[in-house]
Amino acid sequence: MKHAFRPLAAAAALALAAGGAHAQNLTIVSWGGAYTASQQQAYHDPYMAANPGVKIISDDSASEGLAKLRAQVESGTVTWDVVDMVAADAIVACDEGLLETVEPDSWLAAAPDGTPASKDFIAGTLTIGGTNCFIPQIVYSTTFGYRTDAFKGRQPSTIADVFDLKTFPGKRALEKKPIANLEWALIADGVPGKDVYKVLATPEGVTRAFAKLDTIKDQVVWWTKGAQPPQLLADGEVVIASAYNGRLFSAIVEKKQPIAMLWDWQAFDLDGWVVPRGAKKLPAIRKYLRFATDTQRLADQAKYISYGPARNSSIPLVGKHAKLGIDMKPHMPTNPKNAKTILLFDYVWWADHRAELDERFNAWLAK
Amino acid sequence: MSTTTDRVMRTADGLPLKLSLQKALARSRLRAALLVLPLLGFLVVAFLLPIGDMLFRSVDNRIVGSILPRTALAIQGWDADGTELPGEAVFEALVRDMQAAAKERTLGRAARRLNYEKPGMSSLFRKSGRRAKRITGPSWRDRLIGIDKRWADINVWRLIHRESGALTGSYFLSAVDLSLNDRAELVRQPEPRRIYLTLFGRTVWMSGLITVLCLLLAYPVAYLLATQPLRVSNLLMILVLLPFWTSLLVRTTSWIALLQTEGVLNDLLVFAGLISEDGRLQMIHNKFGTFVAMVHILLPFMILPLYSVMKTIPPSLMRAARSLGATPFTAFVRVYMPNTVSGVGAGCIMVFILSIGYYITPALVGGRTGTFISNFIAIHVSETLNWGLAAALGVLLLGLVLALYLLYDRIVGIDNMKLG
Amino acid sequence: MPPPPYASPTEKTWHYAYRVICAAIFVFLIGPIFVIVPLSFNELPYFTFTPEMLSLDPAGYSTKWYREFFTEDSWQQAVQNSLVIAVFATLISTFLGTLAALGLSRSEMPFKTGIMALLISPMIVPLIISATGMYFFYSRIGISSTHLGVIVAHAALGTPFVLITVTATLVGFDRSLTRAAASLGASPVQTFFRVTMPLILPGVVSGALFAFITSFDEVVVVLFVGSVEQRTIPWKMFSGIREEIRPTILAVATLLVGVSILLLTTLELLRRRGERLRGIAPR
Repeated sequence: MKHAFRPLAAAAALALAAGGAHAQNLTIVSWGGAYTASQQQAYHDPYMAANPGVKIISDDSASEGLAKLRAQVESGTVTWDVVDMVAADAIVACDEGLLETVEPDSWLAAAPDGTPASKDFIAGTLTIGGTNCFIPQIVYSTTFGYRTDAFKGRQPSTIADVFDLKTFPGKRALEKKPIANLEWALIADGVPGKDVYKVLATPEGVTRAFAKLDTIKDQVVWWTKGAQPPQLLADGEVVIASAYNGRLFSAIVEKKQPIAMLWDWQAFDLDGWVVPRGAKKLPAIRKYLRFATDTQRLADQAKYISYGPARNSSIPLVGKHAKLGIDMKPHMPTNPKNAKTILLFDYVWWADHRAELDERFNAWLAK
Repeated sequence: MSTTTDRVMRTADGLPLKLSLQKALARSRLRAALLVLPLLGFLVVAFLLPIGDMLFRSVDNRIVGSILPRTALAIQGWDADGTELPGEAVFEALVRDMQAAAKERTLGRAARRLNYEKPGMSSLFRKSGRRAKRITGPSWRDRLIGIDKRWADINVWRLIHRESGALTGSYFLSAVDLSLNDRAELVRQPEPRRIYLTLFGRTVWMSGLITVLCLLLAYPVAYLLATQPLRVSNLLMILVLLPFWTSLLVRTTSWIALLQTEGVLNDLLVFAGLISEDGRLQMIHNKFGTFVAMVHILLPFMILPLYSVMKTIPPSLMRAARSLGATPFTAFVRVYMPNTVSGVGAGCIMVFILSIGYYITPALVGGRTGTFISNFIAIHVSETLNWGLAAALGVLLLGLVLALYLLYDRIVGIDNMKLG
Repeated sequence: MPPPPYASPTEKTWHYAYRVICAAIFVFLIGPIFVIVPLSFNELPYFTFTPEMLSLDPAGYSTKWYREFFTEDSWQQAVQNSLVIAVFATLISTFLGTLAALGLSRSEMPFKTGIMALLISPMIVPLIISATGMYFFYSRIGISSTHLGVIVAHAALGTPFVLITVTATLVGFDRSLTRAAASLGASPVQTFFRVTMPLILPGVVSGALFAFITSFDEVVVVLFVGSVEQRTIPWKMFSGIREEIRPTILAVATLLVGVSILLLTTLELLRRRGERLRGIAPR
């Protein structure tokens, strides 16, 4: 019997060696694709070069971030060190006590001119939704791209055009979530941007939004991962797609695809770092975060992908694309030319209605 | 010591034979059980406990009671059917609970739980939790209502009263498109949110059709395999076993390559002039895609049991029927087919069981309308995070599968299960 | 095989029609698997045949997707993970499954049917339920997101296959052989390794192959229980199909078809050997 257990012991030993606790590994969860690549180049690689003992492992499962984070924290076995999250998820996670609280001025580096972090980050972003767990990295937007060869004559330029199948026939790609889609549907249906949440707060408003989405339902391909919509556009599977602006940038500018931006009512959002509550390597994590969110690093990321840095002191440092040498400023969602009409999410409203509208949205989809 | 009056047979060491045999039997029973025990123990930990744990989440409701313990206790004495708001003591208990939970940062969990039942609870708790720090007695009620007037809504208190117990049935109600209204009466979900009955229905009818299609395709092939000489049938068998042994993802990938709008089949049809370039068919990311890929994947599970039954039917049976004057058709339908019923039963139940629980293939090729209940379980686990509802859907699905498993045991016998 | 000479014209027509139908079903079964082989050599990143490929222009073909597979770290890591996980899961399930089959095949085994039903249940319970259950429970006992967790999960899923195949070989097993060995003075351990093992070996090995392929092919459990450090080939394929669909997946798929042909051949040889050994000659 004795030797029979050898495989088990070996399996255990091997599993420990392969998956277990190297003090120097930092598992950083992010969104994969062009986005993780930009973080790799702007944050991870320089950090690893300066700290040879540290190995950063990229985990691309940020889209299941909230679920896995909750499972880890509830069970007290946190294996993630730093997680990239959008603001809405970070608010939920912070409210549920799943995250470490952040004291900006002791955790984060001051700006080169000495302005403390709490004053340097864009106002309100460190305390989004009244929470204190979120370190913003970028301002990004979910906006639209369309194929330039799909339509003769007039090209789509407004959110209403996205819903206009008659003038602009062809498949659309939208994110498989109610957030943003419902707001856009109402705006396309004639609701003034500033009244969107007032209308959405009524049952009739929700029904109206779904009714508008109904008009294009048969023509929509639903995406779940940020890499999909540019791919769908590039393959010609769809003619208009909502996507993260940085992904569209890399398809248009880096890969030279026949795609153009449609910035009308781009939905602004924040993306940033959070630390799971009970993370075991807190000192190492804080050291990394202090580095990765300093003024220069945030400005550097914009060399690789067109997302706006979340620190005021980084904004003037945004320069040229790392490889192509083009000026990045016109491609930023915050550029006044692009930001004529913007949608600002009401996170608190969504925290109340997310469960209900997710249900309704999924039910609507499956029918 | 045996006496002459003792007629009991004894073994060499003087024990009664019966007893000795019983002992030997007990020993060998123990030995057999000891062989099985390691696996049983392993499966209990690695498999059965996890499933039990998951299923328990469908009724587990300890969250409100554990985060708001004082309130849960104090509200028991309140008459939820009446028209009066709870007394000062309950308001005080809630404020103290919120103060404690805000410190622990756990209030959000209770809020999330209640928000499933009544949208808006989340913001109510957030707002109140943040301001509750400053509340002191004595007029707890007025202070709390001063923060948010929703605390004067009796239905909020009814909800807390209802969900402060350790167990709940509300996830199961949601799983069959029902809910409790403010007065705790059973009502159907509003029309736009009804989905699960439809989805269970769809899972069952699509699986049924997949089973029937598999049977229709498998029957002729199995018959061919069973009636050919061994050399030929062994060769043909490889054509059945190769897909069986090929990775599920490989086969799903193949169907994506074949069926997508810019894929091989559409190209062929355009090339043949059957459809126009703009008229490419949508064959994937819908029910059609799910049907085709699932039938392909499950077909071997139908062919193999049919074949093993057909192999045992002697060819002389058909010849006898023919010689008694039956036409080939009659002979086949009246004599051959009844002999294959057990194989048909085994194959159908197996395919149906596998089909209703399928996740990967519908997720990849099913799109919006070709997805199954499993896909919704996954959505609730990893996207909407409503784990209680996921568990309730899981219990219902598992119940269905186990019922079929028992049926399979009745018809085929679990010990007779064969592979490849 | 032509129809018998006495067959009527209708019967003849039916005879040939039947063969055409069967051929079509075989094409349906096997065609899709082989379609991807040429597609994996596509020069362009499409999932279909390009005009260059159809005109057999060598420029339309390329092995770059294979190169990508063999050079990209994440794919190589996935290969390694898949193998490590599958091998250890197979060892565990083969060991435990064989022992249990030996116990269950004894007539003295109490509660036989009930226990058998329980032990086979991992094969029956929908994977999504097993996977989510393991996801929660393994997090709780601290083995989720480790190789050990995935190995344990896969071992649990693989045991029913070992159990079934070994039980099947034991059905034809002559118990008087072990009794004979025992009466000739062999210890139980000797009896097992000298007498029982050689006879049930084909069943054990084919069960092990089933367990291996179950783990090697499994994706749902890995998605839930594993994390990035446990990503396997199916995980990479699944997320590849969902996100950025590239022909590398076709190259991997082609290689996997090769693996399954290999496994199938081994299994077939084993089956024949087993039949010979147990004296069930092929008819």
